[in-house]
Amino acid sequence: MKQMQRNRLFLSIIIGILPAAAAVICVGIGRYHISPWESLEILLSPITGREVDPQGISAVFNVRLPRILLALAVGAGLSASGTAFQALFSNPLATPDTLGVATGASFGAVFALLFTRNIFVVQLAALAMGLLALAGTCLIGGAGRGRGILMVVLGGMVVSAVFEALVSLVKFVADPEEDLPAITYWLMGSMSRATYRGLLLGIPLIGVGAGILFLLRWRLNILSLQEDEARALGLDLKKLRLLIMAAATLVTASCVSLCGKIGWVGLLIPHTARMLYGSDNRRILPAGMALGASFMVFIDTASRAATASEIPASILTALIGAPFFILLLRKTGGARL
Amino acid sequence: MRFEVKNGSFGYGNTKILQNISFSLEGNSLMAVLGSNGVGKTTLLKCMMGLLKWNEGETRLDGRPLSSLRPSDVWKRIAYVPQAKGAALSYTALEMVLMGRSARLGLFAQPTEEDLAAAREAMRTVGVEFLKDKPCSRMSGGELQMVLIARALCGGPEMLILDEPESNLDFKNQLVILELIRVLSKEKGLAAIINTHYPAHALKLADQALILNRDGVSVFGTAKEVITEANMKRAFSVYVRIAKYQYEGVDYRSVIPIRICKSAGV
Repeated sequence: MKQMQRNRLFLSIIIGILPAAAAVICVGIGRYHISPWESLEILLSPITGREVDPQGISAVFNVRLPRILLALAVGAGLSASGTAFQALFSNPLATPDTLGVATGASFGAVFALLFTRNIFVVQLAALAMGLLALAGTCLIGGAGRGRGILMVVLGGMVVSAVFEALVSLVKFVADPEEDLPAITYWLMGSMSRATYRGLLLGIPLIGVGAGILFLLRWRLNILSLQEDEARALGLDLKKLRLLIMAAATLVTASCVSLCGKIGWVGLLIPHTARMLYGSDNRRILPAGMALGASFMVFIDTASRAATASEIPASILTALIGAPFFILLLRKTGGARL
Repeated sequence: MRFEVKNGSFGYGNTKILQNISFSLEGNSLMAVLGSNGVGKTTLLKCMMGLLKWNEGETRLDGRPLSSLRPSDVWKRIAYVPQAKGAALSYTALEMVLMGRSARLGLFAQPTEEDLAAAREAMRTVGVEFLKDKPCSRMSGGELQMVLIARALCGGPEMLILDEPESNLDFKNQLVILELIRVLSKEKGLAAIINTHYPAHALKLADQALILNRDGVSVFGTAKEVITEANMKRAFSVYVRIAKYQYEGVDYRSVIPIRICKSAGV
């Protein structure tokens, strides 16, 4: 028993420092190579005031750091939102897109891409459409009128299908020389669009949403029970469900608006956390956020450094994530909600 | 505390399920709700707790209508023990029991050491401490039912409402659960309402009984007075004999089914 507790503490410490370690290591990887130790020196140089290589400063602060910050935020955010949806719908297959939010946000972004390449406008359009998708889902599903969570899921499927069609429509009418490649590339998801200005808009939103989910992590346990049981434990179900849906939507839509649609993370990482820690969302949610952040940083580094040209992140999350997931699944025998 | 239902009626659309139900219980009394399958026992529990809304009538807690109280205040005093059906989630017993503290914690609060101590204490009372790290999904029906009772106790309620706690359990586990409920009521001073379709269990445990009939007329009174051969025939369409048996100076009452009455229909 003691031994198990010690192992778990050890595991938690490792998972806790993993995102920072991943960031420091990955910031040095690329065509201009910097050792982790140097990276740390460069990252800390604004505080310590030590003289460092100006080329390194440029590579780290201007090129790589915004991407890494974005990857950290998106990884943590999508994991948190996936975990929340899985508990909310008591369904291990729920993803951040279950309510049609990611598809809605994608439509907003590609629609904006028809008219402009201004990232800021694209981001706003994605966010607005993501929220609209949530509103549509709630309206169809009758959330707040006590018709049960299944109706909300069905509503999400409908909204998702509609926005999927709209995305196709946009691709169909887009100028195949100019706009279509931009749209297609955008839909595959990439951190390469990271700018400090974009981050300034997106990260606080992800932070607020993920922060709310983090604070509600114990309530997520109760939410995954039967409806009557949860109410009999004193929960105001309608209010809590709406709050969680809103928070998770904020996170998902912001992520999509910053870097496009990135699949798998919201499903794979919460399950990994569950296999390591059991069912208690008090542990899974923070562990998942740390794991997701680290995973996304590695994926992004691979996507920019593995080959001469950039590989879209969604392709790598599936290609790297799936075998890793299967390995873990076989080793632990899987985890239930 | 005084818990009463005044003229409660409930139905979906034109189908009336419960009609004009009234009862009250006080202090540590134990009430059994008896009725055949599908007569609306679970619906009655849900209505009286406010999980479903009465079409007419109301539930009162210490004389005040339940609907006028804040839900979290109600659930601090009343705890619901649902039927332990399979397909449970894989939270460990301790995590499951800890959820019983929910009504006492603020929305964003996390359970503290104190809450954990309450959960452990509840598990000790019920006698399921040894299950603490076992996932609920791997428990037997009896174990899960005990854990759910511990979860209800963990919030420190004044009254328990149990939905067929002894159904789906084997002979011994039925006795274990019934004895536990008796101890909680008589020794720990909790009021309790249990749904059951075993007249003998109601007779053994309950101070009062509410019998739900197919014809919509319910009978309420002290258990010994209302659980009669005539009333059982009406409620279950079964001829029964209630037999007394004495063993080591203790009186036992047994409800013996004789045959199904054909005329009343099944």
